[in-house]
Order: sequence, then C-alpha cells, then structure tokens
Amino acid sequence: MSNTTTETELPPAPGDADAAAERLSTAPVESEGPVGIGTFGWARWMWRQLTSMRVALILLFLLSLAAIPGSLIPQYQNGQGQLKVEAWKAQHATVAPVYEKLQLFDVYSSVWFSAIYILLFVSLAGCIVPRTWQFVGVLRAQPPAAPRNLTRMPVYAAWRTEADAETVNAAAHRLLRRRRFRAHLSGGAVAAEKGYLREVGNLLFHLSLFALLGGFAWASLASGSAGKLMVEGEGFSNTITQLDDFNGTRFYGSENLDPFYLKLTNFTAKFQASGSQIGAARQFTANVEYSSGSDTSQLKKGTIEVNHPLEIGDSKVFLIGHGFAPLITVRNAKGEVVYKGATPFLPQDGNQTSTGVVKVSDYGDKDGQKTQLGFSGFFLPTAPVSFEGTGPISLFPDDAAPALVLNAYAGDLGTDSGLPQNIYQLNMRKMTQLVQDGQPAKARLAPGQTWELPDGYGTLTFDGYKRWASFDVSHRPGNEIALTGAVLAILGLIGSLFVQRRRIWVRAVALPGGGTQVELAGLARSESAKIAEELAELAVDLQDDAPAADDEEPAGDGPAEGPAEPAEPAEPEDSEVPADPTVPADQNAKE
Amino acid sequence: MHLASGVDPQLADLSNKLIYSAMVVYTIAMFAHMIEWTFGSKGAVAVRSQQQSGSLAETVAAVEAKAAKKVTVTVAGAGGSTTTLTRTAVAGEGATVVTSGRGAEEEDGPGAAGTSERADLAGRIAVSLTVLGALLHAGGIVTRGLSVSRWPWGNMYEFSCAFAFAMTAAYLGLLAARKNVRWLGLPVVLAGLLTLGIATTVLYTDSDQLVPALHSPWLAIHVSTAIFCGGAFYAAFIATLLYLGKDAFDKRIAAGLTTGPLGTSASIWRRLPAASTFDKLSYRINALVFPLWTFTIIAGAVWAEAAWGKYWEWDPKETWSFITWVAYACYLHARATAGWKGRKAAYLALAAFACWLFNYYGVNIFVTGKHSYAGI
Ligand code: HEM
Repeated sequence: MSNTTTETELPPAPGDADAAAERLSTAPVESEGPVGIGTFGWARWMWRQLTSMRVALILLFLLSLAAIPGSLIPQYQNGQGQLKVEAWKAQHATVAPVYEKLQLFDVYSSVWFSAIYILLFVSLAGCIVPRTWQFVGVLRAQPPAAPRNLTRMPVYAAWRTEADAETVNAAAHRLLRRRRFRAHLSGGAVAAEKGYLREVGNLLFHLSLFALLGGFAWASLASGSAGKLMVEGEGFSNTITQLDDFNGTRFYGSENLDPFYLKLTNFTAKFQASGSQIGAARQFTANVEYSSGSDTSQLKKGTIEVNHPLEIGDSKVFLIGHGFAPLITVRNAKGEVVYKGATPFLPQDGNQTSTGVVKVSDYGDKDGQKTQLGFSGFFLPTAPVSFEGTGPISLFPDDAAPALVLNAYAGDLGTDSGLPQNIYQLNMRKMTQLVQDGQPAKARLAPGQTWELPDGYGTLTFDGYKRWASFDVSHRPGNEIALTGAVLAILGLIGSLFVQRRRIWVRAVALPGGGTQVELAGLARSESAKIAEELAELAVDLQDDAPAADDEEPAGDGPAEGPAEPAEPAEPEDSEVPADPTVPADQNAKE
Repeated sequence: MHLASGVDPQLADLSNKLIYSAMVVYTIAMFAHMIEWTFGSKGAVAVRSQQQSGSLAETVAAVEAKAAKKVTVTVAGAGGSTTTLTRTAVAGEGATVVTSGRGAEEEDGPGAAGTSERADLAGRIAVSLTVLGALLHAGGIVTRGLSVSRWPWGNMYEFSCAFAFAMTAAYLGLLAARKNVRWLGLPVVLAGLLTLGIATTVLYTDSDQLVPALHSPWLAIHVSTAIFCGGAFYAAFIATLLYLGKDAFDKRIAAGLTTGPLGTSASIWRRLPAASTFDKLSYRINALVFPLWTFTIIAGAVWAEAAWGKYWEWDPKETWSFITWVAYACYLHARATAGWKGRKAAYLALAAFACWLFNYYGVNIFVTGKHSYAGI
C-alpha cells in the first residue's frame, strides 16, 4: 500500500485518465497560487480559494465547532432562556461579562457564528453556480471520447476476435444503449456514460440547502408568538389588548395578528398514579371552541393536546402549561361581594404546588379610609394532612385533597398608580399583614369553607376551583419552504450518494495480422466495485458478437495476479495485449 | 381525579430477565470468539491462498468444461497494484460465475479462524450463540413494549437496548446475506455487551408510560431511525478503527517491523481483511446512513414543530445532532477532496462518531434540555 494510503483507484500515471476522470465530478479544481498581477489577481485567487473544496471543508468543520458552546452555555433564545441565562450569570459573576461580550449567550445569532455560515453559503453559491452551468454543458455534449490508451483506465478488459471491428463497435453501442447508457459511436470507438442523476442529486442537495436557509431567515423575520392563559370557561380574541404577551418581528407586528376567537371550555389531565414515576404527566387535553375571523357567533369545537396544536388561520395554538385557579369570593363587613372570580395560581413544582395572589382593589372604605385587601398563598391539589416539617406542598399533581392556604394583608395595593403590575405578586410596600389571635392572619381552607377575616374586614370563601391552561399562539411562515428544502435535500443526497456515475469505452481495432482487438475500459468513482462487474457483464454479452479467438499468447507471463488467480490453461489473457500504444493511434485514421 | 397506569408488571419483569439472559449468552459468544481468535492464530496464513486458489480453479474449470465465455477484467488498485475479476458464462445456460482475486497487497485475510478447524468450530459456535442472544434480546425489547402497549423506545435504557439490537441484527443480516463479515463478530458482540451493560446499570428505568410530549407517531419514526443510524455509525466506527489499525500494520510491515501497532500480534492483523476493504466498508456505511441521519433530524424538527411550536430551537440535543450531521458532511466532503483521503478522512470519521456518542450519552446525562425523557 502506498504511503498516502488509499489515494485510490486512479492509476498512477496522469494524463488521459485524469482528464477523463476530472469531469466525472464537477468538483472545483484546486488552484495553486495567485495568478496574474495586482489586486484583481489576488481577488480572483481569494475567490477561487473561498470556493474550493478545501475551504468548504474547513468552513464546515468550523461550523460544527462553533455550534458547540451554545449547547453547553444557556442561550437566550431557548425555552425560558432569559431566566436560565440570568441564573447562570449570577453563578459565574466573573466570567459572565466576558461571555456576554463574546456573545456566548446568543451563539446562534452571534457575529462569529453568522460569519461562518455566511461565508459557507457564499462559498457554496460560488461553487454551485459554475458547477450547474458546467453540468448543463456536460449534458449537452456527447460523452467524452475514448482516451487513447485504455489500459490506463481503472478497469480494463481485452480479447482478440475474428469478427470485424465495425460490427463489434456497433454491437457494443447497441448493448450499452440497452443498458441505458448515453452512448456515442465515433472514431472507431464507443464512448458511453451513465449515472447523471448523481450529479443532479448533488446539485439539488446543495441548492436545497439555500431553501433551508431561506426558510430559516424568513421565519426569523416574519414570525411572531403570543402567550395566553385561560381559565376554563374563558375566551379571548387574538388582539394585542387581550393577549398576555406578544413577541413580534420586523414583518409581523401586533397589527398583523391573525383575527380569531378561542375559548377554553374545559381541561383534563391524567397522571401516573403508582410506580417509581408516580405523578408523571400522562395526558393533557384542552377542549376548546373557536372561530376564525372576528365573527364569534359560529363556534367550532376542537381539542388541543401536547403534540397536537390547533391551526386557526395562519396561526397555530400550542398547549404549553396548565394549573389550578381557585374560585374565591370576598365579602365586606356588610356582606356585599367585593371580589369574586377564578384566580390562576402558578405551579411551582411537578406536583402542582401553586402560588398566587388575590387583589381586592374595590374593597371600599373601612373606618372612613380607602382600603384595599391582598391575599397571597398556595393552592395545593393534594395537600398533606399537616404541613409540619414540609411547609405547604402538594403531594400529587391531581386534585385528590385540594386546599387553599392564604395570608391576608390590608393597605394600598398600588394598583391605582397606573403602573403595570405583575398579577401574580403583591406589591408589599404599603401593605401590612393582618393579625388574628395574636398571630399573622393565615388560614387553610377546604373547598366550600369560609374564613372570617380579623378586625371586621369581612369574609373570604373558597368556593372551589377550576383548571387553567396556557397557550402559545405562534405564527411562523417559512416552515413550508424549509420543509420543502429539507425533503429535496434528502432526495438529492440519495441521488448523490447512491447513484454511481461511470463511463465505459469500447474500442475494436483491426489488427495488422488479421482479426480484431477488442478493448473495454471503465471509469467510476473510487468507492464502487460495481464498475468491474458491469464491465465484465458487458464483455460477456459482447462476446456473442465478438467471440474470443483462443489461439494466442501462452498463459502465465502476465503480471502476477495475486494468489487467488486460478492457475489456468491457455486463455485469452488480457493484460499483455494492448501494450503496443501505436495500435489505437492508427485506429483513428481508419474510421 | 384521573389516574393512568397500564403497566403490566409481569411482562416488564420478563423483559428484564430476557435482556439479562441475552447478555449472558452474548458473553459466552464473546468467549467463543476469543477462543476462535486464539486458536486461529496458530494456523498458517500462507496455506490458505493455495487452498483458495485451488477451489477457485476447480469452479472455473468445472464451468469451462462446458465451453464457456470467459472475461477477465483488470482492476487498478491502490498504489498501482492490480486486482482481477473473472466472469464466466456457460454457453447456452446463461449462468455466470464471478470469481475475483486480489493483488497481493490488497488481499483480505482469511478471517479469525485462520486455517484452524478448532478455531472455525469456536467461531461457528460463537455465531450461533450470537443468534440465540439476539433472539432473547429481541424478546426483551418486544415484551418491554407490550408491557406498556407502546413503542419500546421512550427513554435511554430502551434506546440502548434497541440500539444494541440494531447493531447485532445488522451484523447477523450481513452474515445471512453470505457476506464475509465473521471477523466483525468479536467487536460487535463486545460493543453490544458494552451498550447493554451501561443500559442495565447506569440508565435503567422501570417500564412505564410516557410523558405527553412523547405521545406521537413521530416517536416511532424519529427514534427508530435514530437508533438505526446509531447502530450503523457504530459499525462504521469499528471499520474505521480497523482500517487505521490495519493501515498502520501494513506500514510497520513495510518498514521491516514484525508486530502490529501497540504491540499487537501480527497474526491477528494478517487474518483481517485488507485496509482498503475496511476503508471502503466504513465509507459505504457512512454514506448509506448519512441521508437517513438527515431524515432523522428533519423528522425530529417536524415533531418539535408539532410539540413545541418551533421546529428548531437550538436545544442541546438538536445542536449536537446538527454538529454530528455537519461532522459527517465534513467526512464525506473530505473523501471527495484531493489530499484528504485515507487516514485524514478516517480521523474525521472518528471525530464525527465521537460527536454522535456525545449526543447520545453526554447530552442526555450531563446537559439539560427539552429532550428529557421518562427517567433519564
Ligand atoms: C453548506 C454546507 C455543505 C454541506 C452540508 C455539504 C454536504 C455535502 C455532502 C454530504 C456531500 C456528499 C455527497 C457526495 O459525496 O457525493 C457533498 C458533496 C460535495 N460538495 Fe458539499 N456541502 C456543503 C457545502 C459545499 C460547498 C461550500 C462546496 C463548494 C466549495 C461544496 C462542494 C461539494 C462538491 C463538489 C461535492 C461533490 C463531490 C463529489 O463529486 O463527490 N459543498 N457536500
């Protein structure tokens, strides 16, 4: 084996073979150094470099390296990215600013990552466009004529026959055509080629990478997503005022929101009730009613599950979370209802230990002073008998033993200041905790129970609870483009990797001493062993028209064929016949 | 209150027992292969070629007796060596016999057993045991699936079992197709045992239902193709390693040394196929699997779109699948680029497989992302 190991298959001598092989692939030719003078020469050289296979290889390698940090360091753009990045930064205070500078929290939109893939795609464009033209040229031309010295080809066979050269060539032409080669008979030889789909596949694959990139780009410029939490029985219209939050992009702002109406009728959840994974989620279903457009008189029924979003217009609605919303009624001292409603509590752990607040901003006056009430606490779908040692936690994510645990505060909630407030938190600045029996006022309630608030503030009743579900309303165009690109890429790859492009030449030449010398040679890409078999099959078929004359050459003086070569009697041995280079040269004159 | 259960504990238990039995049987198969290699080394290599050419000559002669059409094709090989392929067609019967010989440098070794009959017997026993092990293994996977009435690949334990099976089945399939791959027996059984060992100790999770995100037909599509790709990449990896080893061995022999790399015995390397055979094998497997791996990633993206609303979020698992994909694309490019064939390309293939391994074990265990499964 040579030192460069498998620098395979092409015979050592350059010349014919290389020239013929070159166009078996439209891969760009490696250039040596800058040619010409001045800036133009250099620019051209750099462009050549950029579009060379070697640089494409390096860029690909860099791309995979550059993708690594983003998988190890939290990223802004991942789910809950913001929170995770902040947590990470707090833990690694010293390096965080450096990382921030290096855009390591935003790898996939960073300058350096973008630079690599943009260069790669420029290189790809610079490579693929000329290749496409070149390939069109190849398709329009005839298969390249037979090289003079066929023995130099990687696969070769020859024998002597009594049939005349023209018949043999014609037969070879016919046989190759039947094998669906593009064959061409001229100059006393047949040139044939097959497997163009390889090149087509390869070009298609690389071109569809552009479609993929385009889909990606379009999605990042024209998509938007919004969040909405609904308690069972609630509905909303997809407008900026009714959504909880909205993230738009350049071409999809709040004014572009798809008009539709969606209502959550009810929500069901199933959990693992036994075994080591007790409490693990098994199934969530949101039953909804919706209408596309702004007309809400005609509602359609639908369900949204994990993996099964609901498509309304150009938007898709995904189920992303769920929880409980206790139904709470607050009455003042006179028994008037000052607060009534389902209040969503947010789950804090896998067992739906949920926290939330109740803000009674319309409480009215007490002791001649304008007063507001606030409650904060926990909703526990399966509360333990006692909180001793554990604090208020839920033991199971479903509602086996629901309980509401609340602290009561009075004062100024700050809701009148006009500033936006977090509805899941109390602003404690001007609130004081009520005191009951010398202790901070606190109660644990089962559904239906009422809490008599201290100091004549009235009562709070835990009427029951509903479930809520939160949804992501996502508008993402460009998916179709990306998917089409992806499918074409796979088809292209299949063509590119499974189809063999190969050439076969047949040359029959009348020998000076009578009879005809038949030579067959084949050329294919290195990885295929099939070309040898294909050539052998063709040769066997051709022997119907050009039977081998078994008169000549004593066997055994050919080059050592390796131990597996049968020790055989006199046979038309191939390797020694065409050693005379003048024979094919004369041939051209003959035809 | 809603409860979901639906685990059949008896089947789940049976599944575990079957997997353990498969491991025991594979272990015995491994010993049998080791015996094959040990005894086989005593047989002389040179004898074989005579024998083989003898038998080839007989075949050819038998055919020729009936007035045959015969063609011998010369195939140029690496470093200027040549190979021949002879095709003989019996006149009037349409039957053809293909025999191929190799130039001396490219010759494939005779296989683990060498010429020793005892070693050959050990090898046959090993293969039979591997078949038995694979049957038990398949039983373990099927009962695991039946115990929870779903596809049995919802967590890493289940992937690993399926993955080890895919690899063994691929090897046995090649044997059944009469390919000369018995030399792969020892590495395959070893790799299978290693995977199952890690699965049953580190990754074990009780049989159970899946979190809702995994309730999807894409589970069957995306995950089974991923498992298949893994098994195939593994096989290509073994072939790449053997290529590097054999190539190093050839160079050492050329340099006048008498042992293989790392002090290994020359007789082992002599019995293995030629370096170029390994090289082609690993290229073919990788090239075959690359489109499927592309499909796996795309199927994953389509699933992610349905489950999470975005088809690509640079979640660690996605990122590493992408890295693996680009690494294999690198390797394929390298093969098509002048000056990058042979060892350099082989190193790229190793790096690509390392990415794959990290994606499989590393990301699932050390990095948290959205791809969390039931259990690990
Ligand atoms: C965007 C990233 C790219 C990816 C993922 C990629 C992927 C691939 C793959 C998987 C193959 C293997 C197909 C085969 O062996 O026939 C291939 C072949 C090829 N690629 Fe790329 N490629 C990329 C960029 C480029 C660029 C920038 C160039 C031009 C400099 C290029 C030129 C080629 C050529 C010429 C072949 C065919 C070589 C041959 O004839 O076998 N590719 N590419």
